[in-house]
Amino acid sequence: MNKVVSNAEEAVRDIKDGATIMLGGFGLCGIPENSIRALVKMGVKNLTCISNNAGVDDFGIGLMLKTHQVKKMISSYVGENAEFERQLLSGELEVELIPQGTLATRCLAAAYGMPAVFLRAGVGTEVAIGKETRTFNGIEYLMEYAFDAEFSIVKAWKGDAHGNLVFRKTTRNFNAPMAMAGKITIVEVEEIVPVGALEPDSIHVPGIYVHRIFKGEKFEKRIEQRTVRKKI
Amino acid sequence: MLDKVGIAKRIAKEVKDGSYVNLGIGIPTLVANYIPEGINVTLQSENGMLGMGPFPFEGEEDPDLINAGKQTITEIPGTSYFDSALSFGMIRAGKVDLTILGAMEVSEEGDIANWKIPGKMVKGMGGAMDLVAAAKNIIVAMQHVNKAGESKLLPKCSLPLTGVKCVKKIVTELAVIEVIPGKGFKLLERAPGVTVEEIIKATEGKLIVEGEIPEMILD
Repeated sequence: MNKVVSNAEEAVRDIKDGATIMLGGFGLCGIPENSIRALVKMGVKNLTCISNNAGVDDFGIGLMLKTHQVKKMISSYVGENAEFERQLLSGELEVELIPQGTLATRCLAAAYGMPAVFLRAGVGTEVAIGKETRTFNGIEYLMEYAFDAEFSIVKAWKGDAHGNLVFRKTTRNFNAPMAMAGKITIVEVEEIVPVGALEPDSIHVPGIYVHRIFKGEKFEKRIEQRTVRKKI
Repeated sequence: MLDKVGIAKRIAKEVKDGSYVNLGIGIPTLVANYIPEGINVTLQSENGMLGMGPFPFEGEEDPDLINAGKQTITEIPGTSYFDSALSFGMIRAGKVDLTILGAMEVSEEGDIANWKIPGKMVKGMGGAMDLVAAAKNIIVAMQHVNKAGESKLLPKCSLPLTGVKCVKKIVTELAVIEVIPGKGFKLLERAPGVTVEEIIKATEGKLIVEGEIPEMILD
């Protein structure tokens, strides 16, 4: 089994205008930056992007906003992007804000083959408007549907030709749940290792969920908030 | 009257030994610096980490290692990493003992508003709605009044809600207050140099004052 493709352009080749795609990462941490650059180059338009955040003006999903490729964002927090704000206020961009745990769990529902889940987040708030509710043991829950995205695009640390994936530190974030939630999952990695090189007990996402994998050409790994302490 | 550090120091006294704690952005983040000696807590960061360490030394920042505020941080012995789904799973299952977060408004019933101001750019709720819907104990760190001088402790929140009937305690620059659903805000302590009258004046919701109100002990 060989799921390796040569580069980002080949991996995203069949994403069409109007597609719904999930993009992994938290802030700028662990985002699939090579795939995003390829989507910008390809110029695919009217995308619905499910991603916890929307990048910054000149990095991550921000690059796709600049080129007006995104029709709708489904996110939990979108604060760090002036172009995003401009497009939102002018009505060019549609945004659906959902609680972060709900976002993660709707990925999980898709990954686990469950059509919907019952979640407490947002009960009594505007997030609950129009949603079905159920009461269990006297507590009200919102029914939230599994995501139904055509493509998932994520970034892992290491992977093999079978698509087995390992993430590093806090980059697992939305990358692992989204890798398992897509109909077609595209993964960019820092290193493709030989099959058998990953410790079977330590694989974070088993290859069955992955369809295409490639070694990213360049990882800038930009830091959003550089916080340090002084050596004493 | 307390400054931000004072509020963080007072909240740090609420943290129990052996507990798992999630700290929001702003004043709550400062709480980690003032947890008393001998109190061992494990900090949960909802982007997928238990056992959050301090900021890295200059030159040792790792872009693959950040907290929920997107700041570079470090790991410590015993740290574990996981994905966002598991992270909110443990929050939802009530494994996180204490959540400390900021707020724009809190109501007498313990409702909280902290994510949206109508007419202003809305950035999103992030993980706040999940956290307030699940944590066993929620402490709010905030200023008692807003920049316009209006009370943030209200009979009912005027801003869009983040969660209902969830806040247990509020620490402001003026006071420590317990939320007693169905009754109101119970004044527990006053900040150094602050009178009960000043707190009453700054609190629009029903304030319960019983007996002598002690001054906070910070150090």
